[in-house]
Formats: sequence, structure tokens, C-alpha cells
Amino acid sequence: MIDAIRQVGAKTVNGIWKFGCATRFSFTMLARSGMCLRRPQLVLDEIYFTGVLSLIIIIVSGLFVGLVLGLQGYETLKRFGSAEALGTLVALSLVRELGPVVAALLFASRAGSAITAKIGIMKSTEQLSAMEMMAVDPHARVIAPIFWGGAISMPLLAAIFSAFGVFGGYLIGVVIIGVDSGAFWSQMQASVDLREDVMNGVIKSVVFGVAVTLIALFEGYDTPATAEGVSYAVTRTVVTSALAVLALDFVMTSFMFTGV
Amino acid sequence: MTSESLVELNDVEFSYDSRPILRGIRMKFPRGKVIAIMGGSGCGKTTILRLIGGQLKPTAGSVRVAGQEVSGLDHAGLYKMRRRMGMLFQFGALFTDLSVFENVAFPLREHTRLPEPAIRDLVLMKLHAVGLRGAAHLKPGELSGGMARRVALARAISLDPMLIMYDEPFTGLDPISVGIIANLIRRLNDALGATSVLVTHDVEASMKIVDYIYIAAEGRIVAEGTPDEIRESTDPLVHQFIHGEADGPVGFHYPGASIAADFGLEARP
Repeated sequence: MIDAIRQVGAKTVNGIWKFGCATRFSFTMLARSGMCLRRPQLVLDEIYFTGVLSLIIIIVSGLFVGLVLGLQGYETLKRFGSAEALGTLVALSLVRELGPVVAALLFASRAGSAITAKIGIMKSTEQLSAMEMMAVDPHARVIAPIFWGGAISMPLLAAIFSAFGVFGGYLIGVVIIGVDSGAFWSQMQASVDLREDVMNGVIKSVVFGVAVTLIALFEGYDTPATAEGVSYAVTRTVVTSALAVLALDFVMTSFMFTGV
Repeated sequence: MTSESLVELNDVEFSYDSRPILRGIRMKFPRGKVIAIMGGSGCGKTTILRLIGGQLKPTAGSVRVAGQEVSGLDHAGLYKMRRRMGMLFQFGALFTDLSVFENVAFPLREHTRLPEPAIRDLVLMKLHAVGLRGAAHLKPGELSGGMARRVALARAISLDPMLIMYDEPFTGLDPISVGIIANLIRRLNDALGATSVLVTHDVEASMKIVDYIYIAAEGRIVAEGTPDEIRESTDPLVHQFIHGEADGPVGFHYPGASIAADFGLEARP
């Protein structure tokens, strides 16, 4: 019994310690972001690494999610005689919820794991130490550009995911099932509000991008310098990012769409 | 500090948490010399390099480089000092996503505003000095261990440092590569007018090229002297280390329970 309490206590202290380290790491990285402004090419390279290289999985997933939404939505709406509202259903589901959340989960799996592996291997092979000894600050030269690259890429990927999702819904609803094209688009246009729906979705995706990229960077930076350490760090990035995205989504949805 | 000493460590103590690593370390590295710090694995040799480079701070004592107290420097001051240092890591620590050329060009691109033709010439000169001008286009993954170490050496000297630190430069290399790296360490030190510090446990290779040796054991300096003095030392620990004897003051067996206790041979009540 005493051992169990002791273990809970140790894990709590470790958790608080790690949270403190992560906070300090984040502030150091933000404080040394000046190089990103002086050398924007560093951020552009990371947008390519985290964003452009994630495009395939985002586009294909967005399209399939849209196709499924179109099918399921049509079957449900048909029962109430409002199949023309399919465009509204697909667009609102994607823009408010599925676009940011699913894109963030995919981003965590594709780009987050790659970021952790890259930083973890740079640490375990002493590349970060070598950079420090060459009087080049790794926080400014490596960490901050990846952070800003991820934070910029994520909202763009979520937007692309939603756009391809809507296109998937259109393909199933209008082209294959035969819902009226005019009704599909006009109902969507009438019911999707730029500020309420689109902007809130964008805010969500920015928050998810910041959270996932920070988690991935910190896990890579904090990893023990061994192959096993890097492998555990990559797993932790995906699991922690997924949980963080879902928890943040619930909190933000509570404030944005239900007026809590 | 004497004007001849580039690096001076006085009564340096260092601990990880409550585990002491270094105790009462006193060292002086005169300018222009090649100095070796030798000792068994885990005796704190690499920690000494990290203290000199400012990656760690001593828990007590002082580390001075070119007259400056390293632990007293702020972030900008420390980075300014490091521009005048070069460090060769145990396995090279080359940036794996950059070519050999770009690895050597990295410090020049980060710290100078030289035009591209000047960077190209400087990089090729450094690579020529380590015999790898023809390998400029290769990626680190295409290099042998010895070649990677030589590229890392070219990178370490790209800004013509006053102090070059080598962390186990001979580990894992074949005898020819060991000879090449050892020669380069001596030759480059003399050509650049630098001071070199070599952390190693390769007795044979380093004895040929260094001017002075410190031997560390259990976090202390237990012997020091020129290679000849060390070779002739009658100190049992130095003798064991230099001749690679399995048993001596450094025991073969890791401390633990007695053999009788482990094998259940103790008299039962």
C-alpha cells in the first residue's frame, strides 16, 4: 500500500517536473525565434518538411472522410426529407470539427513523429551538442524554425483537408446519388458562417498545430540518447498529441459553439 | 593565470545530482601544446571537455579559457568564446542531412558573411588538409568511420580556432585511420598555432603526438607528466593503465556481494 502511494507520488512529481521542463523549453524556443525572421528560408524549409510532405495523406484522407460523410449524411437526411441539406451537413462537420481534429491527428502521426525522430537522433548522435560547440544555438537554428513551420502548416493542412472533404461529399451526393447541385452549394453557402464556423475552425487548427509541434519537439529534445529512447519518444509524441488534440478540442468546442 | 596557459582548471569539482564525477581537478594547458587526458571509461574525461566548452558548469572551482571564467559568461559571451573553439566528437557528429562540403561550410555560413566563392575555397582548403577534398560531394552515410572523423576535424578547424578539443578521436578506428588522425591532430595544431586537448584511452597512438599527459581515475588526476615521464612512472595505477593490465589498483571485479554470499556458500545456521 505504502509502495503504491509512493509510486503515485513519484509519478506526480515526475509529471510536474516534466511539465516545468516543457514550459521552460517552450519559452526558450520562443525567445530565440528571432533568427526565423532574419532567415525565413529556415521556416520555409520546415513548412516543406512538415506541411508539403504531409499533403498526400491529408488530401487522400480528406477525400475519403468527405465521401463517407456524404454517404452517411444522405442516408440520414433522406429519412427526414431534407437530402438537399447534405452540403450544409458535410461543410459544417468538416469546417467546425472533423477538418481540424482529423488533420491534427494525421499531422501528429506523419509530421509529429518525424519531428521527434529527427530531433531525437540529432541529440543521440551529438549533432545538437556539436552545433552548440560551434556557437550555433540549436534552439534558434533548429527548434524554432520547426515550431513555426509546424504552426503555419497545420491550419493550411486543415483547410486543405476540409476542402477535399467537401469535394468528396459533392462527388457522392451530387455526382453519384443525384442531389441537386444548386441546393447542395446554396444551402452550404447560406448556413456556413465565416466568423462563427470557419474562423473558429481555423483557431482550433492553429492551437492544434502549436500543441502537436511543441509536444513533438520537446519529446525529441528530452529523449534519452539511445535508440530505445528515440523509439519511446516517437510513440509518446503520437499518443500525447492525440490525447492533447482531443482534450483541447472538447474545451474549445465548449467555449466556441455552446456558449459555456 | 600564466600568460602561457590557454586553459586553466583550479580545484574543479563536478557532480551529477549527488553523484560526484570530478574532485579537485587542477590542470594547465599551455598555448601551442597538445595535451592528452587519459583514463578508463567513466572516469570523467569527457566531463572535463564539457566544462571547458561551457556545456556544463562546475559545482566548485574555476575553469578559465583565455583568461575568461567560463561559468561566469552569459549566453552571448559563451557563444562568442565558442567561436574560437573547435570540438571533434567521438563519432564525428556530422549533420546527416548535409553533404561533406556543407558540413564543413556550416560554421562559415553561420558566423561569416563571406561570398560563396570564398566559402568554397575555404572549405576545399580544409578538406584538402584532411585529405578529403575529393569526397566533398559525399553524404556522411557514405563515409567510413575514419573519413567521418576527418570531415568532423575539417569542420572543427573551419574557423581557425585557438583551442581544439578531441573527444575519443581514435575510438572504433582501424590502425591506419588511427595513425592518420593522430598525425593530423599534431600537424593541424602546429600549422594553426592552436592548443589541442585530447581525451582518449588509446595510450599508444596518443603517446606519439602529445606534449603532456594527465591521467584521471575516479574523478581525480592521479598522475601527470611528459610521455617519457608517464612511461617510466612506477605508480601502480599508471603502470596498470599504460600496460593495459587486467588487474591492479583498478580491480577486475565490479564491487558487489562476496562470492560466498552470491553462490550460497556461507555457513548456514
